[in-house]
Amino acid sequence: MSPETLSIFSPALAARFDALVSNYPVKRSALVPMLLYAQDEVGYLSDGVIAEIARRLGLTELDVRNVASYYSMLRFKPAGRYNIQVCTNICCMLRGAYELYDRFQEELNIGPHGTTPDGLFSLEEVECIGACSWAPAIQVNYSFHDELTPDLVAGILADYRAQAGVPTDRSSSVGWKAQAERTKEHA
Amino acid sequence: MPRLVSHPDEVKIVSRRFGQGAANIDRYIELGGYESVKKCLAQTPDWIVNEVKASNLRGRGGAGFSTGMKWSFVPKQSPKPKYILVNGDESEPGTCKDHLIFLHDPHAVIEGTIIAGLAVGAKTGFIYLRGEYRYLLEIVEKAVADAYARGFLGKNIFGSGTEFEIVTQTGAGAYEVGEESALMESLEGKRGIPRIKPPFPAVVGLYGGPTVINNAETIATVPHVIATGAAAYAELGTPRNGGTRLFCLSGHIQRPGVYELPMGYNLKKMIYEVGGGIANGNQLKAVVPGGSSTPVLRPEEIDIGMDFDQVGKAGSMLGSGGVVVIDDHTCIVEFALRTIGFYQHESCGWCIPCREGTDWLQKSLTRFHAGFGKAADIDNIQYLAENMLGRTFCPLGDAAAMPTIAFVKKFRKEFEDHLSGKPCPFAREGVPQLTVA
Amino acid sequence: MPDVTFTVDGKKLTAPAGTLLIEACRKAGIEIPSFCYYPGLSLQAACRMCLVRQEKVPKLQTACTTAVAEGQVFTTESPEIAQARKAMTELLLGNHPLDCPVCDAGGECELQDMTFKYGAGESLYAEAKQHRDEQQWSPAVFYDRPRCILCYRCVRICGEGMDVWALGVENRGVHSVIVPNVPGEGGGSGQLNCEECGMCIDICPVGALTSGSYRYKTRPWEMNHVSTVCAHCGDGCKVTLGVRQSSNGSEIVRGDNRDKSGINGDFLCAKGRFGFDFVNHPERLTTPLVRNAAGKLEPATWEDALRVAGEKLKQIRDTRGGAAIGVIGSNRTTNEENYLLQKFARTVLATNNIDHQRSTDYAAFARALAGHPGKTAGLREIASAPAILLIGGNPTDEHPLLAWQLRTNVRLNKARLYIANSRPIKLERQAKLTQELPPEGYKDLAAFLDAGQSDFSKAILAEESLVLVFGEEFRGPTVENLVAWGLKRANVRFAYLGDHANSRGAADMGLFPDLLPGYVPVTARGPFAEYPNLPAMPGKTLPQMIQAAAKGDLAALLVVGANPVARREVDLAALQNTFLIVQDLFLTETAALAHAVFPAASLYEKSGTVTNTFGDLQMVRKAADRAGAKPDFEILVRLADAMGADIRKLVPFGKGAMTADLGQSRGAQAGEADRHAVWLEANGLEPKLSPFDPFAVLDEIERLVPGYKLDRMNLLTGNDVRAEFAPSVVPPAAATAAGAENLIVPAHNTLFTSSTLGRYCPGLNEIEAHQTREHAEVAAD
Repeated sequence: MSPETLSIFSPALAARFDALVSNYPVKRSALVPMLLYAQDEVGYLSDGVIAEIARRLGLTELDVRNVASYYSMLRFKPAGRYNIQVCTNICCMLRGAYELYDRFQEELNIGPHGTTPDGLFSLEEVECIGACSWAPAIQVNYSFHDELTPDLVAGILADYRAQAGVPTDRSSSVGWKAQAERTKEHA
Repeated sequence: MPRLVSHPDEVKIVSRRFGQGAANIDRYIELGGYESVKKCLAQTPDWIVNEVKASNLRGRGGAGFSTGMKWSFVPKQSPKPKYILVNGDESEPGTCKDHLIFLHDPHAVIEGTIIAGLAVGAKTGFIYLRGEYRYLLEIVEKAVADAYARGFLGKNIFGSGTEFEIVTQTGAGAYEVGEESALMESLEGKRGIPRIKPPFPAVVGLYGGPTVINNAETIATVPHVIATGAAAYAELGTPRNGGTRLFCLSGHIQRPGVYELPMGYNLKKMIYEVGGGIANGNQLKAVVPGGSSTPVLRPEEIDIGMDFDQVGKAGSMLGSGGVVVIDDHTCIVEFALRTIGFYQHESCGWCIPCREGTDWLQKSLTRFHAGFGKAADIDNIQYLAENMLGRTFCPLGDAAAMPTIAFVKKFRKEFEDHLSGKPCPFAREGVPQLTVA
Repeated sequence: MPDVTFTVDGKKLTAPAGTLLIEACRKAGIEIPSFCYYPGLSLQAACRMCLVRQEKVPKLQTACTTAVAEGQVFTTESPEIAQARKAMTELLLGNHPLDCPVCDAGGECELQDMTFKYGAGESLYAEAKQHRDEQQWSPAVFYDRPRCILCYRCVRICGEGMDVWALGVENRGVHSVIVPNVPGEGGGSGQLNCEECGMCIDICPVGALTSGSYRYKTRPWEMNHVSTVCAHCGDGCKVTLGVRQSSNGSEIVRGDNRDKSGINGDFLCAKGRFGFDFVNHPERLTTPLVRNAAGKLEPATWEDALRVAGEKLKQIRDTRGGAAIGVIGSNRTTNEENYLLQKFARTVLATNNIDHQRSTDYAAFARALAGHPGKTAGLREIASAPAILLIGGNPTDEHPLLAWQLRTNVRLNKARLYIANSRPIKLERQAKLTQELPPEGYKDLAAFLDAGQSDFSKAILAEESLVLVFGEEFRGPTVENLVAWGLKRANVRFAYLGDHANSRGAADMGLFPDLLPGYVPVTARGPFAEYPNLPAMPGKTLPQMIQAAAKGDLAALLVVGANPVARREVDLAALQNTFLIVQDLFLTETAALAHAVFPAASLYEKSGTVTNTFGDLQMVRKAADRAGAKPDFEILVRLADAMGADIRKLVPFGKGAMTADLGQSRGAQAGEADRHAVWLEANGLEPKLSPFDPFAVLDEIERLVPGYKLDRMNLLTGNDVRAEFAPSVVPPAAATAAGAENLIVPAHNTLFTSSTLGRYCPGLNEIEAHQTREHAEVAAD
């Protein structure tokens, strides 16, 4: 079997990896990006992902696991389709991040590091995400939402449910965005 | 989209093109972009290094080392390729300036990287962004592709016959990787454990070759230094602290945001005039002047100029420019706990004092803040932090120890108020409280 | 590097510029503590125990990464430094379980030592400790994370030292943990898929990594620690055995590398470390057995068994002559025992029918090197030679210490390793160049190199000096051919690989039908002319003895520490008319056929010397005791005695031993006796007092065997000394070469097998089963 047919990645991602490794003087420089991009596609770093990346870079699986386990964005278990990362570091904390985090837990009815039964959302508390002057801020996957208040939580969730095609009776995305704009103006 | 702010006292140099659509290469050129690199192509490498030296530009990552000096350490001849590495792993709590640079002015980073390459004779530059900045990475990648398409990057940049390549790189969540040698490790596909120094990166860096590692803001400033001229740029700041700086105002401030102010700008004025004072009509309790790792200042200590030397003299550090304002309704013990919690989470674990010390401090402070403290804990917390200070493998241990020591020393009374029988006097609804069985 | 002078604690020290401060201080007797620093492994600067004050430098510096330069001034002990070190131990103890009373490392733990020294006796820590359950990674290795101080020594010795890379660090910060290379399933413990050398256990400064065979058995101070030589392969590692009193003698409970002074330095493989358990095997023979009238082996007293065997041998010798008796010696007995065995055969049994299971063709090697002294390379030289050509074999499996020496030499000295092999081997990772050979291509290698056509041969020809390492792929004339190629060139030295702990010693000591000790031809006699009754003609080889037995021409066969029935697939019927005497540890296939069986002591239960395949001679020291078993040396002396032989002629013991021979051997014999006395006198030695003292025979070996002129000072100190390998008399080609190929049966033992002996090592068998399982799982993935 050729390496292509063995790949657990989409042809596009596999091609991206082929290109990536040629960017550097040494192949393994591509390791951290590959892990993150693979996680983006597969959802987490499964044994198969580890094995294929190790094979592509000529590394041992142990080596790949050691590196992967170092980086906090990389995970070895699936998360929700929308992974909500609430920054609670100092600047966000001062501006109500814990209240925000609590509200997400209430709205989703899950605890820290929990995933909703439908697999749509997971929730975690994260360290500083570089939005300190626009606190409190969160990331949903890679999207930033800043200058939030607990009252905006329901709208954010509704918007993502809508994006996923999940019927919802919550307020529409237009609603929370408008509300967010108003909050900014008031600040 | 992070909100942009402005104030009449601002001197917009690095932030000049913010909000102007300069992520578009044509717009960037329209706004004077890529002129500095052309100027440098006509000059010798020594001229560039001397110009940057003369500008008194100091590293914006936190340590404040002279940029020109750093470049001059790179050997002229090297059997191994030389590299420029742009540190966009912005992770110091309180700091979000590079965020705006990548968002609004990615070509300034590219242009600065090329100039650094010309100055030290490097043919490759890496721009490393923290993993959380994926949408910014995409903006930078687009900018790099556009620069290649225009022949600003590649085998023959600007038709000069000189080669320069740029590779973008994403991290995956690690504060420690902001340390320059850990950054190189990460870029080489390894765990972000710092390297033993010496050798310093300027001599043995990426892939064993001489490497210049600069903060993204520093690099983005370089084209402006060249355009403005070293003397004029230096003139904007204070002696030995050239130019302007992006200050990130956050916390309990009326108008948080990223403001570009001259080096040496008064901190009190920054808070009360630029930032509009304390939010909600509260009183100031404390200021963290340069990101979470810098020792806290009490209100009576903030009448100082914000440059590396004056803040240093006040017993803290200018750091990364993250000014965190704390009002009088805030529990300093909780703030200290959240700060140390960050370092506990981010410690790479390589050396004993940082790995064990941050964890121990976090546990002690958690218990203490929950109302289970003992009088001896206050001294023990200080003792622990003092025994980490200056003894860890890399500056992360100091970054955890310094603020802790300052919190205990400067707010000892608040610690004493937490002693047994008295839970946190600032306890808020909804803040998770530790229960000890 | 030129020497520089610097000051440490007020003392002026001198060392080559660039020397690490910690090393320079240790050499000068100034101890700087460290957990993570380990000589020869990469620098970490992680434990921060070696912090010192350098003048004009603001922060304390790590002595393990500071290179000394002219004029520097250091302080290594001061209240500030003591406090820093105390703080490090306090921090470590915060999460440490403090289970010293049950911990294997208690009493030999570096963290304990540091805590005592710096006095972190009072705990400021009031929090719950990080607990993680103990994990078993393999039958040999257990990991206890709470005790681990994360010095990364294990990770480095496994990766950098062994080139196995089976250990890593997972997670970060306080959650960091050492992990093995096979992840655990469902939250279970990870597993090791590795060479199971156990070096990680040895190098662990605390009790985080413990040994499956030793853990929780005893305390370090309850053991005697005896340094001896490993009983398994032909490399001859020094191994330290931990011995404890037991109800039936003394029991070996641990093998490790506590004494790093051997040729193996830091190294020990699974067999050396865990393969001592055969001594405690329940099937160990502890009483002599004699076949009764019903044809069954039954226990007998030593006196009865010796009488039966001695009388039978004497009767056969006296009636049918020595030619009707055969002797097969061992690859695992000492030099003194081997020498004694051949002398017993030749002078008491009056036969040259003596041989051993040849694992390689040392006789041909001797013939090739005759007249060229100083051309063999020892293991120390292999660890320092600038260039090595390794031909054939797979040292990683069959000669683990050789592999370690090669890797270490390449890693630390940038030695150039060249490999010519017919199959890929792991050591290629260290090789500068490799050359694939066809399986039958070894014999043409010399010509290939001389042709100088390939990059490989050009590079070899360009080397100014070379150590040439080869093994059983070369036999008979091809050995001579290859050695002749090397002898043409200046500065080429040779190492020839054989399999067992004392295969080389067996050959050196003349367990050959045609060669006396030191490869002196039987026909030439040489220094052995003094042997009484030495038969003039060469005797039978091992296969010839078996054939003779089948034809009824071999009336008696004495087998010492060998199992030819299994190794040679001997037809059981062949031996039915031969009186078979076997000395062994176990009732092997051969022993099961015997008429008299003597329970022998193992190499770990006796003293003497052994010679590894490289010619490095070392002392074995008696570590354990097994009630009922006796050293082969003693058995042979008593067997000779039972035959009525004059023991003083066999073992030169006592004053004027031979001249006191009651007038039966005046004349020439008296002169010979004088020779030994004269030699002892000349060498300032005393006659040994006991007929069972191997040193009495060592004296005679040194006096008579060419090449065995020993540096006793070093030998008795426990160091390895060189045995010269260059007979002055060329051994005849005819007798050794005829069918030489068929006489060689390489053992091809792996990391976990050790021929017959290995079957009685349950620990090794368990490890092998684990490894087979892990490999199978990897292959199935």
